[in-house]
Amino acid sequence: MHDFQFVTPGTLNEALKLLAKHGASAQLLAGGTDLIVKMRVRHARPDLVLDAKHIPELNVLKLDGTGLTIGAAVSCRSIYLDERIAARYPALVDCTALIGGIQIQGRATVGGNLCNAAPSADTIPALIALGAMAHLRGPKGKRQLPVEKFCLGPGKTALRKGEMLIHVRIPKPAKNSGAFFLRFIPRNEMDIAVVNAAAAVVLDARKTKFISARIAIGAAAPTPLYVEDAGAVLADEPVSENMIAEAARIASDAVRPITDMRGTIEQRRDLAAVLTARALRGAIDRAKRGNR
Amino acid sequence: MSTKKRVAATVNGDAAEFLCEPRQSLLEVLREVLSLTGTKEGCNDGNCGACSVIVDGTLVNSCCMLGVEIDGCEVETVEGLARNGKLHPLQKTYLEETGMQCGFCTPGFLMSSKALLDAHPDPSERQIRHWLSGNLCRCTGYDKIVRAVQKAARMLEAER
Amino acid sequence: MNKPEKLPHFRVVGTNPIRPDGLDKVTGRAVYGDDFKIAGMLHGKVLRSPHAHARIKSIDTRRAAKLPGVRAIITGADFPKPSVAMVPMGEGGYVDMNDTADNVIAKGKAFYDGHVIAAVAADNPHIAEEAVALIDVKYEVLPPVMDVRSAMAPGAAVLHETFNPGAFFMKTHKVLPNASRLELGAGDVARGFKEADVIVEREFTTETVHQGYIESHICTAQWDERGQVTIWTTTQGAFAIRDQVAIVCAVPMSHVRVVPLEIGGGFGGKDTAYIEPLAAMLAKKADRPVKVVMSRAESLRATGPSSGTFIRAKMGAKKDGTLVAADLSFAYEAGGFPGGPIAAGVLTSITRYNIPNVRLEGFDVLVNKPKVKPYRAPGATQSNFAVEQVMNQLAEKLGMDPVEFRIRNAMKTGDRLILGFPCPPVGGVEMLEAVKKHPHYKAPLGKNQGRGVAFSFWFGAGLTSSAELSVNSDGTVQMCTGSCDLSGTRLTLAMQAAEALGIDVEDVSPTIGDTHSVGYTLQSVGSRTTFATGIAVYEAAQKVLKEMAGRAALLWETDPANVAVDRGDFTDMNNPAHRFTFRELADKLEHSGGPVSAQSTVTPERVGFQLAAHLVDIEVDTETGKVDILRYTAFQDAGKAVHPDFVAGQIQGGVVQGLGWALNEEFWYDAKGRLCNASLLDYRMPIALDVPMIDVVILETPNPGHPFGVRGVGEVPIVPPAAAVANAIYDAIGVRMDALPMKPGRVLQKIKEQKSAAA
Ligand SMILES: Cc1cc2nc3c(=O)[nH]c(=O)nc-3n(C[C@H](O)[C@H](O)[C@H](O)COP(=O)(O)OP(=O)(O)OC[C@H]3O[C@@H](n4cnc5c(N)ncnc54)[C@H](O)[C@@H]3O)c2cc1C
Repeated sequence: MHDFQFVTPGTLNEALKLLAKHGASAQLLAGGTDLIVKMRVRHARPDLVLDAKHIPELNVLKLDGTGLTIGAAVSCRSIYLDERIAARYPALVDCTALIGGIQIQGRATVGGNLCNAAPSADTIPALIALGAMAHLRGPKGKRQLPVEKFCLGPGKTALRKGEMLIHVRIPKPAKNSGAFFLRFIPRNEMDIAVVNAAAAVVLDARKTKFISARIAIGAAAPTPLYVEDAGAVLADEPVSENMIAEAARIASDAVRPITDMRGTIEQRRDLAAVLTARALRGAIDRAKRGNR
Repeated sequence: MSTKKRVAATVNGDAAEFLCEPRQSLLEVLREVLSLTGTKEGCNDGNCGACSVIVDGTLVNSCCMLGVEIDGCEVETVEGLARNGKLHPLQKTYLEETGMQCGFCTPGFLMSSKALLDAHPDPSERQIRHWLSGNLCRCTGYDKIVRAVQKAARMLEAER
Repeated sequence: MNKPEKLPHFRVVGTNPIRPDGLDKVTGRAVYGDDFKIAGMLHGKVLRSPHAHARIKSIDTRRAAKLPGVRAIITGADFPKPSVAMVPMGEGGYVDMNDTADNVIAKGKAFYDGHVIAAVAADNPHIAEEAVALIDVKYEVLPPVMDVRSAMAPGAAVLHETFNPGAFFMKTHKVLPNASRLELGAGDVARGFKEADVIVEREFTTETVHQGYIESHICTAQWDERGQVTIWTTTQGAFAIRDQVAIVCAVPMSHVRVVPLEIGGGFGGKDTAYIEPLAAMLAKKADRPVKVVMSRAESLRATGPSSGTFIRAKMGAKKDGTLVAADLSFAYEAGGFPGGPIAAGVLTSITRYNIPNVRLEGFDVLVNKPKVKPYRAPGATQSNFAVEQVMNQLAEKLGMDPVEFRIRNAMKTGDRLILGFPCPPVGGVEMLEAVKKHPHYKAPLGKNQGRGVAFSFWFGAGLTSSAELSVNSDGTVQMCTGSCDLSGTRLTLAMQAAEALGIDVEDVSPTIGDTHSVGYTLQSVGSRTTFATGIAVYEAAQKVLKEMAGRAALLWETDPANVAVDRGDFTDMNNPAHRFTFRELADKLEHSGGPVSAQSTVTPERVGFQLAAHLVDIEVDTETGKVDILRYTAFQDAGKAVHPDFVAGQIQGGVVQGLGWALNEEFWYDAKGRLCNASLLDYRMPIALDVPMIDVVILETPNPGHPFGVRGVGEVPIVPPAAAVANAIYDAIGVRMDALPMKPGRVLQKIKEQKSAAA
């Protein structure tokens, strides 16, 4: 590995100052499961590495009356082990509990998953479906972005020079709602998604009609894709296999996949439809069971 | 060269203070700085689990951490499993159930198995396979490893 | 698991003691390749070609040499030309040492992505790695040849102007610029097909796969002032490494000492010198010991995989279920240098069935991939994938049960083999009968679930092994062999020593010698260690017993012919009061002529064929094409299972490797011939969640070629899974798979073709 300086800022201000000063040659280290591996193969060569794990604001994991705050340095494992969070956001468990193996989950963060901006990142579709906002801080102050606007391309994010992710904020789930995430991989764990998908639905009180839905697909375009139309088509429609198929068709049409060693264009299109339908069925099922 | 950092941690119950370069992974620090070569490098990118150790109670891949990150932490490695000349039940059952062939992945499997049994004393077969899915074994086909963990769980239960 | 009945006349063989090296392995004490350290050691790193096929125009090491901490840099120019050409390499193979030398480090031309161009030794691995990146190489990039069919097509780029075809089991002859060929046959194939009532003809492809041992290649080299080099390495065969290093580095064999360390898996891939000559040359140039560690990516890019193939298979049978003809053509990748496992693939393809009219043809094909190396039953898995599917299809056409069809045609003891000699004792029919009777065979299946069977054969190897036994005065015994222990063979060999000497296995203390301390021993390959080194141990034990009987005779003042030896008990046949246990006599050796030890070097030939039949249940997700393994039962004839749990472990491990090959494992090269999935993330070996428990049924048809009836067991279990899974997929959803791996995308494609054909 190349040589670099390592600093452990204890406050947000200290970290922001260092980021502002060093610009692109400084990088934050959250769980390190992307950054360390990338540095080892010379895909990242920061001169300065800032440990994000001792900055209080980045370690917040808080459930309150209006939603959930996930600090950028909080590990996947601490998210899915929190029973209150698991009960309210099972889709978050779906995705955080399948990143890498148990070892990776103990380090990997949702923040790192987001900032790494891989098209296949497993937490991003769920965050999009759940309507999460990314909260950023930089030299020019605070701003927020819907997660679907955060990734701009493989490895490219909306973060500006000197800016960092503080946390993501997920709103409180609506009544009669449910959300579900799944991915398709050739093995049964330890794999990068060929395609992944998340759906969040809000049903009417009798659970027979969609009020609204949000659908997101990953690994099928340069960034995780919010397929607004696929969700919109369900609004006010009955909960039925026909409607699920319609949403799946729209999602499959919306993706822009490539052929690579993990799958072909055709396979990814097919999977986008299959996984959208399965995510929707999972979300509906949870909505019917009080999001469990 | 960036200056070496001083790190103070607890390793297998003993205080360990050492100097290391920021670019040295925890795996490298354990093996090269602390001479704890029981922890193995199989892939150096988190995919084989041969370097699994437990840091502050959490199972991790030591190749995906920097040595400087363990400052103030408690680290458990395979060398710390046996205590006072007495094998950990998992070490016994991996031997009795022949849960290893070449033995190279074994330290990592032992640490993952320990973390599993610490969290779930009575795991199902599926739970065992799930917890061990971050560890690759190319020799055994996993059958006897799973049986070794099941047997250790029974032994630990009997000890309680 | 069904454990075989322990035969009454065995005391130790057939039991399941705990391996003596196990404690070191569960405590982290065992010393593997990278755990070995010596004072003053430098660290080597290797520069590898980024191109699959390229002429090296120039190598400029000046920038790298200037980096502080760099101690030595070597390129191909630092190596001599080998003085000997063709050298035997075990398993009946010959290699051209020029190829071996050029595979170690490129001289003028790079033949695959990852081919070594240069190497650096520096104070630490980070500096060495930085230095490697500072070496400037100019290449003339040539068109890569990436699969057998395009390599054999007219106009294909040519890898080598001339080449020695080499051999593995059988010789091949150059017939095309990139390929050599062999053919063998029996009867009259055209007439055979005329007699056939049903004929199946199909084509298959398989992809390049890797052994995937978890420990990479790692070694340390150190010279002394006499010009002797010592190499500590992780290998399946210390002598093999020694011979290659000696020839590649032009050092007398007596001046190369190879010390085998613990080995983290090999499966056939760790008996080739890749980094050992590099470490040796770096150490010489730097005048310091040098350790070289291959990264995971390097080991996937540049160490011997198993061949990708193209196979044509045509077989015919009569209404009554008798096979009458087979015409099979195989093209196997050799990699960047000639000498792949084509002959083994060809010979094992049908050897387990009696077929009167046969034509077998094989091509060893040069492609721009790493030189292929043995991988567990080298060559057999690919040909089995083809033949066992054709067998099922024939059975279906005949309306016969697939196992019954195999029983009808199975080779039996004494049947004439295609190689011209009669079949040694085998229990194939008994095994297939056991499959039919097993509850698994008739268990109910659900929707999209299917069951597959495959029947397989492997030769195994005899070859040379050495062992030495020394009796201690307290009755314990030191045992030293030259066989590297990949899976517990210290124990299975100690058990055979104990059995032969009539003592407890705990009283035998096994060690593995280095090339300076033990007699010549070929690699731990070919399922040969428990078999062949076992015979060496047995022979040494007989010598020990004979010598000890002589001592007893001396003490009893009788003729040695009067001393009866039974399981470590010595008695004077003329005087029943004269008795010694092994221990009692051991105590008296020092004063009756001195301590006793004996050495034995053997080259056994009667290896005992390996047969296996596997049953698998799978389920297909018809929307995604993903195949899940639900249940697996493996039947295998061990001859005599020395340590039944170890035998079961070999079978389970082989099965799971076979399942990886069946479902997901493949080298994925881009159009430029670069390996894209050189990591354990994307080279998808099975994880614990991918497989169920693997049930094992051990059968025992003794091999008369071994004193305890042992056959090799390690290799054949990898052979049937791919074919069995393919047959199960057909059973589940009615699509025939013709390519490996049967990854989800490929299965889904088949399902879609089936749908559009039905529409
Ligand atoms: C073996 C293995 C398996 C994996 N499996 C999966 C998988 O199944 N699914 C999946 O999606 N991913 C997987 N990954 C990738 C990785 O684990 C995840 O992307 C993880 O969520 C990254 O989080 P981290 O905290 O480790 O990120 P880090 O490596 O710490 O950071 C990632 C990037 O984000 C930047 N960054 C981190 N925090 C901030 C911040 N607060 N503000 C701005 N930038 C920041 C870093 O500088 C870096 O560029 C795997 C990785 C490995 C090694």
